[in-house]
Amino acid sequence: MLGKLSWAAIPLDQPIPLTVGALVLVAILAVLAWIVIAGHLPYLWREWITSVDHKRIGVMYILLASVMLLRGGSDAIMMRAQQAIAYHSQGYLPPEHYNQIFSAHGTIMIFFVAMPFVIGLMNLVVPLQLGVRDVAFPTLNSVGFWLTATGSLLVNISLVIGEFARTGWLAFPPLSELSYSPGVGVDYYAWSLEISGIGTLVAGINLVTTVLKLRTRGMTYLRMPMFCWTTLASNLLIIAAFPILTATLAMLLLDRYLGFHFFTNEAGGNVMMFMNLIWAWGHPEVYILVLPAFGVFSEVVSTFSSKPLFGYRSMVLATMAICIISFMVWLHHFFTMGAGPYVNAIFGIASMIIAVPTGVKIYNWLFTMYGGRVRFATPMMWAVGFMVTFIIGGLTGVLLAVPPADFLLHNSLFLVAHFHNVVIGGTLFGAFAGYTYWFPKAFGFRLDERLGKVAFWFTLIGFYVTFIPLYSAGVLGMTRRMQHYDVAEWRPWMIAAGIGMVLMSVGVIFQILQLVVSIRHRAELRDVTGDPWDGRSLEWATSSPPPVFNFAVMPNVTGEDAYWTIKSKARRQNLEVREPDYRDIEMPRNSPTGFVCAFFATVMGFALIWHIWWMVILGLVGAFATFVVFAWRDHDEYVIPANEVARIDRANLAERRAATNFAESPA
Amino acid sequence: MTDTTLPYSAHGDPHHLRGLYDSALGHEGPAPKRIVTGFGFWIFLLSDIVMFSCFFASYAVLLRQTAGGPSGSQVFDLRSVAAETAFLLLSSFTCGLASIAADLRNARWYQAAMAATAVLGLCFLALEAREFSGLVARGAGPTRSAFLSAFFTLVGCHGLHVSAGILWLLTMMAQVLAKGFRADILRRLLCFALFWHALDIIWVAIFSVVYLVGSGT
Repeated sequence: MLGKLSWAAIPLDQPIPLTVGALVLVAILAVLAWIVIAGHLPYLWREWITSVDHKRIGVMYILLASVMLLRGGSDAIMMRAQQAIAYHSQGYLPPEHYNQIFSAHGTIMIFFVAMPFVIGLMNLVVPLQLGVRDVAFPTLNSVGFWLTATGSLLVNISLVIGEFARTGWLAFPPLSELSYSPGVGVDYYAWSLEISGIGTLVAGINLVTTVLKLRTRGMTYLRMPMFCWTTLASNLLIIAAFPILTATLAMLLLDRYLGFHFFTNEAGGNVMMFMNLIWAWGHPEVYILVLPAFGVFSEVVSTFSSKPLFGYRSMVLATMAICIISFMVWLHHFFTMGAGPYVNAIFGIASMIIAVPTGVKIYNWLFTMYGGRVRFATPMMWAVGFMVTFIIGGLTGVLLAVPPADFLLHNSLFLVAHFHNVVIGGTLFGAFAGYTYWFPKAFGFRLDERLGKVAFWFTLIGFYVTFIPLYSAGVLGMTRRMQHYDVAEWRPWMIAAGIGMVLMSVGVIFQILQLVVSIRHRAELRDVTGDPWDGRSLEWATSSPPPVFNFAVMPNVTGEDAYWTIKSKARRQNLEVREPDYRDIEMPRNSPTGFVCAFFATVMGFALIWHIWWMVILGLVGAFATFVVFAWRDHDEYVIPANEVARIDRANLAERRAATNFAESPA
Repeated sequence: MTDTTLPYSAHGDPHHLRGLYDSALGHEGPAPKRIVTGFGFWIFLLSDIVMFSCFFASYAVLLRQTAGGPSGSQVFDLRSVAAETAFLLLSSFTCGLASIAADLRNARWYQAAMAATAVLGLCFLALEAREFSGLVARGAGPTRSAFLSAFFTLVGCHGLHVSAGILWLLTMMAQVLAKGFRADILRRLLCFALFWHALDIIWVAIFSVVYLVGSGT
């Protein structure tokens, strides 16, 4: 009746996950109870869960990423603590639990923190920057988000029902095959990634179509803000790479569920085929994560230097070059496979070449700052911190791209330090920069600057104290994923890394504090101008938060830095403000399709993991029924009448004008 | 002619060659819905083809890994495959007829052509099911060897696509029956036709790579 599921699936012998799980469950139930009792449920359902507004969906993506960052961060704290303790001892985590933690940490941080964070930022900002009212497929957008949420829900369920994979974040066979991993851990891993992978693909299709087909009048390709370009590149990579992940995990699942022989040791299976396929996805994936961050930094650096981005066209070219070369370097993840000197040399050289366009970008940012009036607001701090940190990570990456060096450093902590150096220094700093930069746009008030800077310094210093020691330990020969060790030379570095972890955690606490304090003081921090940073692109041309239709009248773009041009022209000519010609606006109607889809996907995923076949069929039928009901709807749009548009826009403009006059009029 | 419609904006410079600028370099704004939908669906199809290419690659890698079991030349019946090909290509033709009928808003011909497409698709699936069950009965199922795993996965994935396509086809017939040729239904019909024809392209690759190359082993 319930497949493999029984009471034995609850890990009663492991107090840590059980206690944490129970606490989280109580917290969730308490929040749900409060929502229901306080009567917020209809609001939540109407305005958020069924919303197809790209801004709302973007915010929900970022919220999901932030919550999962806490989960993945807890895993990191546990691992650092274990390695600081486990010299000549077993530490406090048994091996089977430790193995689940490092697998969950990697899986969560890549798929459920970094991905939703950057997709959230792109969702929130790109339509605004393009001067349009929504993304190309609003309902699908909601489906994509909720499927991502399903994936992370399944990963979290594995904490208390069953177990998670003990195979590392990419589940290499033959360890991940049924004969060596008979439990449900790998199934949790694979199904949650299959489901969230579909969500990511949907987001990718949606954003590429949005950038290529929905731009406002005059927004030619070479007038798009840099963030739109990196969004385009990143989502093109999603479209070309995520199907590979889907296919590869499908093959692994067929091996596990139906006894196929893709990656088994027996009957002709080929383990190295898995390595090639997974890294053919995996390497583009790191650029999927970092390109949007490059976009954020381009926006931030040019805004806070009060200058147009230096070398805009070379930046576009560098972005697209990375987009293509990222597909030609996958083999550097396993030089030790023994493909031979020629193959290794080619991939080594390709890996070094990809550092060239990245270097171009770094110089462009530096030259943008050069001669500019640089304001060191929090987003700009993250950007400068990024430039320094990312260069170090990039250089150690070039070291690893030399095959002979890689043979020594492969799977060592040097590698771990390298990729944390680029993922934290690149993507996470970019995500935080984007978060503080666009927060006022999303919510209408700024984040507290002082606490933001404190959080930045703790994170930055904590990062170096954590990961520079890992480079050293790696060079001393310490391999990754060790539950305990007996080498005295490694110990001090592990303790140092543990201290660094504490500093980074303090950074996270300040980040949370910043949010809480800013919400409490939102009246003082309110942004009535819609343009708190003296921005250059169109998202700052509308109010903060923008009305549901973004722009009362679609802007007409006449050059790069569209909003800057408009502002300076308005200032220079000091012209009377004309009343625009308001028209009726058609907007997509809210739809529960995404939420319902995700509900059935969760049921189906859980049933597949536990081999509850009737429930799988139920989920499939439900999903098909949702599809038919969605196809059957008669009205997918509603109209906001012109006078309503005019009312909202006039109120916003009056508020903004009052604020600007107050700020700009000489005493 | 104003140079921008934002409320801040000013009247454009009258000496500026606006018309020329717009027509030469300008961008007219968001594309119409039909273009956006079709474009998005094309991108989806490309991603689907990337997924298939992984299965093709694994088939190529595992082609000779028969583990002592039967090889391609021993399991493939090219006559049955030729019949499958005929059914599928014909169904693409009838699908094209359905698109023309929809363009002409002729509901009767549309339903007839779609029904023919469904029947031809089902014939294809029946032949494929016969092939698969025959192989399993002979002990040449997907668990026998890596080669057969790759074969069943690649061809079976295409078969699953055809099955899903038939379900979609039936909902398209029902939608037109219940609501007529509405603009949004016509857009979906465009996507369905693209999907169905893409399955043909993939089948042509399967026919050449799997069956023709495979029977040489």
